[in-house]
Amino acid sequence: MTAPGPTAALPAIPKLATGIAGFDFIAQGGLPAGRTTLVSGTAGSAKTVFAAQFLAEGVRRHGDSGVFVTFEEAADDIRRNMESLHWPIAAWEAAGRWAFVDASPVAGDDGPIAGDFDLGGLLARIENAVRRTGARRVSLDSVATVFARFADHATVRAELLRITQALRTMGVTSVITAERTQEYGDIARFGVEEFVTDNVVILRNVLEGERRRRTIEILKFRGAPHGKGEYPFTIIPGEGLVVIPLSAIELQQHSSDVRITSGNPELDRMCGGGFFRDSIILVSGATGTGKTLMTAEFLNAGVASGERCLVFAFEESREQLMRNARGWGVDFRSAEAAGLLRLSCEYPEVMGLEDHLIRLKSEIDAFAPQRIAVDSLSALERISSPRGFREFVIGLTSFVKHRQVAGLFTSTTPSLLGGDSVTDAHISSITDSIILLRYVEIFGEMRRGATVLKMRGSMHEKQIREFTIDGTGMHIGRAFSNVQGILAGRPRQLSASELDRLGTLFADE
Amino acid sequence: MAERDGEGALRPPVVLQLFVTGQTPRSLRALANLRRICDARLPGRYELRVVDVLERPQVAEEARVLATPTLIRLSPQPSRRVIGDLSDERRVVDGLELDGAVGTTHPSFP
Repeated sequence: MTAPGPTAALPAIPKLATGIAGFDFIAQGGLPAGRTTLVSGTAGSAKTVFAAQFLAEGVRRHGDSGVFVTFEEAADDIRRNMESLHWPIAAWEAAGRWAFVDASPVAGDDGPIAGDFDLGGLLARIENAVRRTGARRVSLDSVATVFARFADHATVRAELLRITQALRTMGVTSVITAERTQEYGDIARFGVEEFVTDNVVILRNVLEGERRRRTIEILKFRGAPHGKGEYPFTIIPGEGLVVIPLSAIELQQHSSDVRITSGNPELDRMCGGGFFRDSIILVSGATGTGKTLMTAEFLNAGVASGERCLVFAFEESREQLMRNARGWGVDFRSAEAAGLLRLSCEYPEVMGLEDHLIRLKSEIDAFAPQRIAVDSLSALERISSPRGFREFVIGLTSFVKHRQVAGLFTSTTPSLLGGDSVTDAHISSITDSIILLRYVEIFGEMRRGATVLKMRGSMHEKQIREFTIDGTGMHIGRAFSNVQGILAGRPRQLSASELDRLGTLFADE
Repeated sequence: MAERDGEGALRPPVVLQLFVTGQTPRSLRALANLRRICDARLPGRYELRVVDVLERPQVAEEARVLATPTLIRLSPQPSRRVIGDLSDERRVVDGLELDGAVGTTHPSFP
């Protein structure tokens, strides 16, 4: 990926693409080439995976050899642990593409310190391994162990500084991992940042609302641009670390003024001529108001015009979806047989939200649809923290818009009448259009109303229209003329005298 | 503890390996300190192998040496290690267990 950035005029330090998915994007090209980057994190924050993946992607994608200096785990343990990520480290070693410098504690110990020492042995071994493999990348994981081994911390600090200088002289790009004790506090233990000051990356593994949320932040790249703030990431078997660049992709969207049909002519009219080609539509309503029906009609219209449609269902199984659609006269089965429709059903709880996002993205990439639907977003909300959910929606919407795909997302409001939805509050500003479906109680009868609350970039109808549902779908009728308080959940019939009074309220004198 | 068996030369020799980085003052100091200690405590009974990690990094790799100078007692087993320029004689003697079974008690040493 290339590095978009405002610093094109400055002679920025060249970057080395790591190959870690998403990371090079937020790093605007990769790690500063020929320099050392400190990667700091608490226990369990995936420092070792980052360090190993930096080398593995070098071997796999860029033909770069790598040297892994391990201070904590024995080389054999790392080989084994990384098998779950499908990196054939032993084979790379045999091919001279990967070398370990095993600096983990030896059986017994180093013995007493009887006078001045340096880490010349370690440096000589690293230099030898780099020479032998022609390495361009070196990872050191993790230096905290060195401090634990040698009581003389001043010497260790000075020696690690000498090693980073030697790495720079050798022209390799390197990663040094270090421990931190708190997610938000000092950069690293033992003042490691004093000798690797230029480039600092922080990995976090924060407990948020009973859920672990991993984020990566580039704290600084001296003399080189990079994305700011925390970006969520996840670890996927067979891939390793995958960073999800959220705000980074948001900026690149461009909007289309091509209209597409919603699948309902009357709804199209309410929207001022249909949905926009690359817009995100949120359909919000209580359970049973017709959200899934609106989704089905949206997909059906796509299929009818030969578009590919992909639906992510989180509340119903394939069979339920098929049956529901059939009940409204929509034939999902033959659309799927024709290869124009794909139903992807998964329970929200099977994986974390970050993993869902990555799954959604890869399915969208694989199927290349023109329309997608998510039914419902609120089902996903229950497996995440508010912040994680908002990031998920931003990540998904920007990904979808980037591909010029129309997305229809549904959101279930918790109360039957009216609708205060947490989902809506979090994402209403992200979506382009909002359609509300509401129950309206009049004279002891439940009726349904629909209104277009927002239509970015277009005029739209402001009325609340009554609609009915039957075996042929959704039928939008006339506006509720003498009822008020529908959106607030307190519909009230206006009497004739009140109507008269309202009529004169804004009349000219 | 058998302080003496009368025939010290019959005991197997003590094999020591000293890892240094080039001919630095610290390397030379470590070597001089080691010879002084061994000549006093293991006269004629020790074998010293010096490894320059710059010339033979592979040997340092196999012995997993980080610090230099590092002194390893290879024999008798189990092996023992001491780190530094060996200027602290007490620690060298303790670390290599030169008192007692391995070495001979130095008369001037308390």
